[in-house]
Amino acid sequence: MDRRKSIKALVIGTLSAGAVLEACKTNGDQHPDAKADAFAGLNRMQEEKAAYDKVMAEPAFFTDHEMKTIIVLEDIIIPKDEISGSASDAKVHDFIAFIVKEKTELQTPLKGGLRWLDLQCLKRFEKPFISCDHQQQMQVVDDIAWPEKAKPELAQGVAFFNTLRNIVATGFYTSEMGVKDIGYAGNQPNQWNGVPDDVLKQYGLSYSEKELKECVSFDKA
Amino acid sequence: MEDLQIKKQPKQYDAVIVGSGAGGGMAAYVLAKAGLKVCLLEAGADFDPAKDSNQLKNPWESPRRGASTKFRPFGDFDGCYWGWEIDGEPYTHANDTKWEWWRARMVGGRTNHWGRISLRFGPKDFKRRSIDGLGDDWPIGYEDIKPYYDKIDRLIGVFGTNEGLANDPDGIFLPPPKPRLHELMIKKAATGINIPVIPSRLSILTKPVNKERGQCFFCGQCGRSCKIYGDFSSSSVLIKPALETGNVDLVTQAMAREVLTNKDGLATGVSYINKTDMQEYQVMGRTVILAASACESARLMLNSKSQRHPNGLANSSDVVGRYLHDSTGAAIGGVLPQLFGRKRYNEDGVGGMHVYTPWWLDNKKLDFPRGYHIEYWGGMEQPAYGFGWNVQNMNGKYVVNGKKKEAGGYGASLKEDYRFFYGASVGMAGRGEGIARRDSYCEIDPSTVDKYGIPVLRFNTSWSDYEIKQAKHMKETFREIMHEMGAVITWGDDDGPHNNYGLSNPGNIIHEAGTVRMGNDPKTSALNKWCQAHDCKNLFCVDGGPFVSQADKNITWTILALSMRTSEFIVDEMKKHNL
Repeated sequence: MDRRKSIKALVIGTLSAGAVLEACKTNGDQHPDAKADAFAGLNRMQEEKAAYDKVMAEPAFFTDHEMKTIIVLEDIIIPKDEISGSASDAKVHDFIAFIVKEKTELQTPLKGGLRWLDLQCLKRFEKPFISCDHQQQMQVVDDIAWPEKAKPELAQGVAFFNTLRNIVATGFYTSEMGVKDIGYAGNQPNQWNGVPDDVLKQYGLSYSEKELKECVSFDKA
Repeated sequence: MEDLQIKKQPKQYDAVIVGSGAGGGMAAYVLAKAGLKVCLLEAGADFDPAKDSNQLKNPWESPRRGASTKFRPFGDFDGCYWGWEIDGEPYTHANDTKWEWWRARMVGGRTNHWGRISLRFGPKDFKRRSIDGLGDDWPIGYEDIKPYYDKIDRLIGVFGTNEGLANDPDGIFLPPPKPRLHELMIKKAATGINIPVIPSRLSILTKPVNKERGQCFFCGQCGRSCKIYGDFSSSSVLIKPALETGNVDLVTQAMAREVLTNKDGLATGVSYINKTDMQEYQVMGRTVILAASACESARLMLNSKSQRHPNGLANSSDVVGRYLHDSTGAAIGGVLPQLFGRKRYNEDGVGGMHVYTPWWLDNKKLDFPRGYHIEYWGGMEQPAYGFGWNVQNMNGKYVVNGKKKEAGGYGASLKEDYRFFYGASVGMAGRGEGIARRDSYCEIDPSTVDKYGIPVLRFNTSWSDYEIKQAKHMKETFREIMHEMGAVITWGDDDGPHNNYGLSNPGNIIHEAGTVRMGNDPKTSALNKWCQAHDCKNLFCVDGGPFVSQADKNITWTILALSMRTSEFIVDEMKKHNL
């Protein structure tokens, strides 16, 4: 859908049309990887700008080895399929590298979990996780990815994988690719005209006469 | 030490207003339109939704994907600066008080992000003591305030429907939006067990009301503030036109320290610290109008001691800071299995619920004295930080597209699960009336100051059995509605005596009021029925402070109505040379 066209169709002629066009300018036009300023276009008060700069000046929380491990794991959790790309395609690991600096409660579970994983692999295969072959990696992952059938002695690994699954899923489904995948259709000017007719029919629901009379409605295109 | 001096502004204003939220914005608007000269002090930064809103941003445009920070506790795109804590501005608790205090620091205050739930108080809400013997009656009734609700409905705009309910008065409404899918399901389930569900009443423009403000375009993001002024914020709807009269000098980053008084005990102005240059200033006015929020206004009065006002300004009654009460709150949430795998379409709608439940029962037949209303949410919302969390508690329980799966997992099958469950959430929360009590209060902490050297508030508040029993009733009701609609509860079902049945901490609902209450008797109230201090006739308070009781309604519409009424009174009294 051509966002600009739809906005113009909706609000042109009102004094505020300019403001909406201005508001939507960066949507879609801006490359999501733009490194220049992560807050481009976001309103920030002085104090939060300063806090952000301070966080960004801190050294990376994860080592290169840990980041490489995260990238392998994120693509096991969210691989490319027929609908969308993989977690690494969506740069989920960059998001994880940033968010652990602010959500410090994630730091120890993730760092410790990554080391737990490497120790499992060292014991079993005498290699850290990323040096294992795919089959070996999946053997360990399968031992910790299914909470209800995992062995009790691997509970720490299950907890780690649950945490990682959470943060990878959040990172992916809040990326441009992930939002498209999940099918969120909003965040754009429109005219709410109620639940579509076919959906009402599917659920055996309808609007009452009172609702149809009282509620705001728009001509259907 | 650097040279510290107090800079006195030579200009004499008709009014010095402290705070630019709903109450202060309305006062500035009415006084400026009447031609009076106003100095408006705001403790935070400038803010104009047209240029400062984060509306229509996508989650990936935030490095933290919309997650909250202490600067924006309601998420990275939210339209409120600060919240539960402010660097260098502590507050303290007595005993085991759990009070939570939200403070906005920006032009327009909390109205930039509020829920826009715009409910009139009903006739009974002003006379509760006469009904149940608890608390006190207001010195005014619905008939006194109705003309102002009418004016505000027209000036600001609110959608809703006239239902002819006894204690939820009709208004001058714009048409409401049609219910969303989950709201139709809620309505069907709740009305089936005799719980009414009616169109919500929100100050959002489903039709234009003037040429300065645009019509809602249904992005569902009122919480970020609106670039086209399609909803009510004090910054856009009141402060902006007030400034355009040329009669208002707005001073931002101005943290009020004290209300100044003369030897007769009358207010002469306000002293403040400019947070930018850290210098001390004084600004003088014929009247001082406090609208800094219920607790900040009380703090300011308690910190303004003088020979004529030894117990704090206008506090011979010793009620300032007392009768502090917030709305009660309890919530539950879950999923609607019938919505799994649902068809996608844009259901953002307006920012907030399209339907709600006003209080529907008779407290005489219940074990708690006051009511609550129910707010609802759910559906296909914009993904944000937290999306997809704990899928392992979901994907082993339900058949996904015909397949029974093991909980947890990874890979293409997991991606299918996220798609399948998206948009099926549903939740509800009660917002109820607690009892204002003399022994639930805030006071000046004798040993703590903020970074500006201003003594801070210490909170000493508690819930009584009335509020706890009310929360218990809320939860029972929510479970019935959830059950009736076939929803599965996934959180909020762990209540019992150990957690006060899920009752929120006081302050958490951000409807605090009652600290500078009005009344006819100067011995038991700080303000008269015009929100004018009994002990200081040119001092007024127009935020949540004057409230005698909360009602089971959000208080903003009543703050606006009371502030407009008081402001018109001030204009009138000045014309008569009584002020």
